[in-house]
Amino acid sequence: MSNLPASAARDTVIEVENLVTHYGARMILKGVSLEMFQGEILVVMGGSGSGKSTLMRHLLGLERPTSGCIRLLGRDITRMSHGELVDMRKRIGVAFQTGALFSSMTVAENIMLPLFEHTDLDTKTMEIMARIKLEVVNLPGFGHLMPAELSGGMVKRAAFARAIIMDPQILFCDEPSAGLDPVVSAALDELILRLRDAMSMSIVVVTHELESAFKIADRIAVLDEGQLLFLGSVDALRRESNPRIQNLLNRRADEATVDADEYLQRLTGEDLNNRAAR
Amino acid sequence: MAVKQTRGSVFDTAENIGRNTVRGVEEFGLAGVLVVQSFYWLVAGPRQRQPVRLSAVFAEAREIGINALLIVGVLAATIGVMLAIQGIFTLRIFGAESRVVFGLAKSMTREFAPLITGILVAGRSGSALAARIGTMKINQELDALSVMGINPVRYLVAPALIAMIIMVPALTFFSELVGLLAAGVYVNLELDIGLRAYWSQVLDSVTIDDLAHGLGKSAIFAVLIAIVGVVNGASVTGGAEGVGRATTRSVVHAISAIIITDMLFAFVVTR
Repeated sequence: MSNLPASAARDTVIEVENLVTHYGARMILKGVSLEMFQGEILVVMGGSGSGKSTLMRHLLGLERPTSGCIRLLGRDITRMSHGELVDMRKRIGVAFQTGALFSSMTVAENIMLPLFEHTDLDTKTMEIMARIKLEVVNLPGFGHLMPAELSGGMVKRAAFARAIIMDPQILFCDEPSAGLDPVVSAALDELILRLRDAMSMSIVVVTHELESAFKIADRIAVLDEGQLLFLGSVDALRRESNPRIQNLLNRRADEATVDADEYLQRLTGEDLNNRAAR
Repeated sequence: MAVKQTRGSVFDTAENIGRNTVRGVEEFGLAGVLVVQSFYWLVAGPRQRQPVRLSAVFAEAREIGINALLIVGVLAATIGVMLAIQGIFTLRIFGAESRVVFGLAKSMTREFAPLITGILVAGRSGSALAARIGTMKINQELDALSVMGINPVRYLVAPALIAMIIMVPALTFFSELVGLLAAGVYVNLELDIGLRAYWSQVLDSVTIDDLAHGLGKSAIFAVLIAIVGVVNGASVTGGAEGVGRATTRSVVHAISAIIITDMLFAFVVTR
């Protein structure tokens, strides 16, 4: 699986081992294992319901798994106390799909919130740091606006600025280009690449946008129905012969197999076997 | 076929009752956990460098208390006058109109001021709390707080709960004063009892026990309003429509909880 020549020598920042999760009685992730290296951009792909959002929520420690372990920066977050998890979260940043900016605060206040809560810096310093991050995401001078006054792409940029304010070692991005026009979403891809190169962050991107994934990914993980279908470089993914992956790459719908009896039963709402027996 | 359908609907009904019961028990559990956690953060937060911010408590207190002064005052005055009218009407049957002050003082401090204030705050601030938490949930803002290492209970719930516990009794005391004064003006016009004499009769009638009864009750109402709002907000699913449903539900639940608690409290305390 080693597509990166030096991967063996690089530090792993995320290790997921045999992760199994349930939502109610339904099994979502069915034993997913993957690892991610320092300074790499790992794109997690998959259709709706593939479990990629669930994987992300578990990597962030928002949900507890049924079994398996998740090591971030060498420490298992599934067995951490609340205090330890808070310390871990100071070392990661998250840009949510909707931006999740607090609507009652200005953009700058949003960006400064982690500093305000976790550091003893004075306000002046925090404001300067917020301005630096706004420059990084190319939103200079927008700090005084309220989130409602920003466009969709600007909200996502501001969310990135908040995510990187504590200079995290790992950055998570959930669907960065969802709902954006191609130009804006290309600019966000550039931003992700720039963050990795300039701040040597390790970045996990969850997306279903093929074009964006191919542009930014060092390696791609493909999830399908709760299982890891593929993990490797972009080139290796293109060469992959698995039909489900080919369908994903060529945007073909999976052909559903039709069982005639089952189909009829679904339509009539009756159990045909029982009726025959009666 | 008909038999099968009846059986099906009986099972469905039973299943629904079961599900709703489980959901109800879950919500009670969540409510208890939220109260305990809020006080935990208030006490232990500073040691973990995660204090409950005083500025947040003040902001909530201003919204819950100060901004409600006018409407609470108007309603308390109206209730006071209404009680005076009814009291005088009833006592006139026995020719004992002048005893109305005693009844006014007791019923306003023990019952009407806490109840009307509680209902008003539930409609004004409890629903706003549910809507705010619900909106934050569907916008992933609660998740965002968590992943920033900021505990949502400490950051959002504790300030609202503490502000409620301070402001609802304060508003109740305010509405006792306003209600009794407004009743005094009516009594003065109707029975020709001087305001000064009226007020000294009020002070003679009201005991510490009456005040404690009303204010203690209102503190319990405060906890109910805050927690019902938060629990309903946190259970929002399904977008903006879900927020609307949760807001309505929180007002209905909070007012029901207030009235039932009021009766239980009166029963237990007067034994």
